[in-house]
Amino acid sequence: MAVDPLIELRDVNKYYGELHVLQDINLTVGKGEVVVVIGPSGSGKSTLCRTINRLETIESGTIELDGQPLPEEGKALAKLRAEVGMVFQSFNLFAHKTVLQNVSLAQVKVRKRKREDADKRSLELLDRVGLAAQAPKFPAQLSGGQQQRVAIARALAMEPKALLFDEPTSALDPEMINEVLEVMRQLAHDGMTMVVVTHEMGFARSAANRVVFMADGRIIEDRTPEEFFTNPRTDRAKDFLSKILKH
Amino acid sequence: MNVLTDNFSTFGDGFLGTVELTVYASVLALVLGFLMASFRVAPVGSLRVFGTVWVTVLRNTPLTLLFFAVLLGLPRFGLVLPFKVFAVLALGCYTSAFICEALRAGINTVPRGQGEAARSLGMSFGQSLGLVVLPQAFRSVIPPVGSALIALAKNSAIAGAFSVTELLGTYRTLSELGYNIVWTFVWIAVGYLIITLAISALFNALERKWGVAR
Repeated sequence: MAVDPLIELRDVNKYYGELHVLQDINLTVGKGEVVVVIGPSGSGKSTLCRTINRLETIESGTIELDGQPLPEEGKALAKLRAEVGMVFQSFNLFAHKTVLQNVSLAQVKVRKRKREDADKRSLELLDRVGLAAQAPKFPAQLSGGQQQRVAIARALAMEPKALLFDEPTSALDPEMINEVLEVMRQLAHDGMTMVVVTHEMGFARSAANRVVFMADGRIIEDRTPEEFFTNPRTDRAKDFLSKILKH
Repeated sequence: MNVLTDNFSTFGDGFLGTVELTVYASVLALVLGFLMASFRVAPVGSLRVFGTVWVTVLRNTPLTLLFFAVLLGLPRFGLVLPFKVFAVLALGCYTSAFICEALRAGINTVPRGQGEAARSLGMSFGQSLGLVVLPQAFRSVIPPVGSALIALAKNSAIAGAFSVTELLGTYRTLSELGYNIVWTFVWIAVGYLIITLAISALFNALERKWGVAR
């Protein structure tokens, strides 16, 4: 695929003490690409996702965003993080702020937009995820699915170049998973660059350009969803798929 | 009984002295405690070390010893200030160590993900602490901070031993004048109760307004 690389990881290694959680990771995500990362728990997929905006540090290797190496600390890092949205498993909406304030806060404080402009944009985004009516409520008053959609709107408000999803539906009731996946499908359709760590194989099949399969801290397969799901090359992937697709 | 009415101005001066010490030292303790708590959770290693040393030294030094160190030590380095200012410094720095630890405990009650979400949106360390983490930590630290300030009010009695006008010290004047020592102490205790109960009431009000978990 001849794509403009947006996120590039080269020879990335990370340890938690003795545990080698990321081993020589090489991964390139092109502009507008949707890459789904799957694998058994403990395989390092969440860690991989979190290294991309440096919520996790790495011991060796390089990570580049749009051609720029990731800064280590300070203002430069904050600036870069503003360009990469992140959606968490546990939503992490600011508990002491209303839905509207959640979406507006970083626009005002980081992007330095006027409060009214930020609120206007927030309401547009909330409308886009179907939650404009919930704007004055606090996060605790919303369902999990609604909270996660607000979190997506909050990330979009920064107009990021890419979005990272760290198991966005793993903490949701089954009936709420679809409303979140639907928003994500729409984003993928609109050309957003996305890295999605998930256990939702249906989403991987229908929305991903590539599937990255990880086990024991390594990337084992990196292929189109069609190829991966119908004809996995490695025994490790076959074993994983046979376990999750059986029921 | 007439120990109070006969010496109202002596009691009044002492009472006001204690109030002044308490208020100024509280402000200092809150500001320094806030600063040190920020240091202790900062991403910069040297700030964390500074905060830790600050807390360890001040929290583990007997307050009387600290008073001696400040009132007798600092003038040797050419810093000569009124004793009252020295007393505020000693009390404020000492209490700031406890405030810092209460704040830090509060910061730790805020889920990690809140700070991570703030940082992932591009907020600086100061913004994520000031806009997201501390406002939520604030709710849970109201009671322990109240306790620390009540302790400060009572600890201010030590300043009396260094000839700073404060409430407890009034007993010396009065016993020299031959008044009944028991009644003197009863009225002194009432004076302290007025101050500490006022602090309690203030923090109860704060807790009613801010401390309610939704």
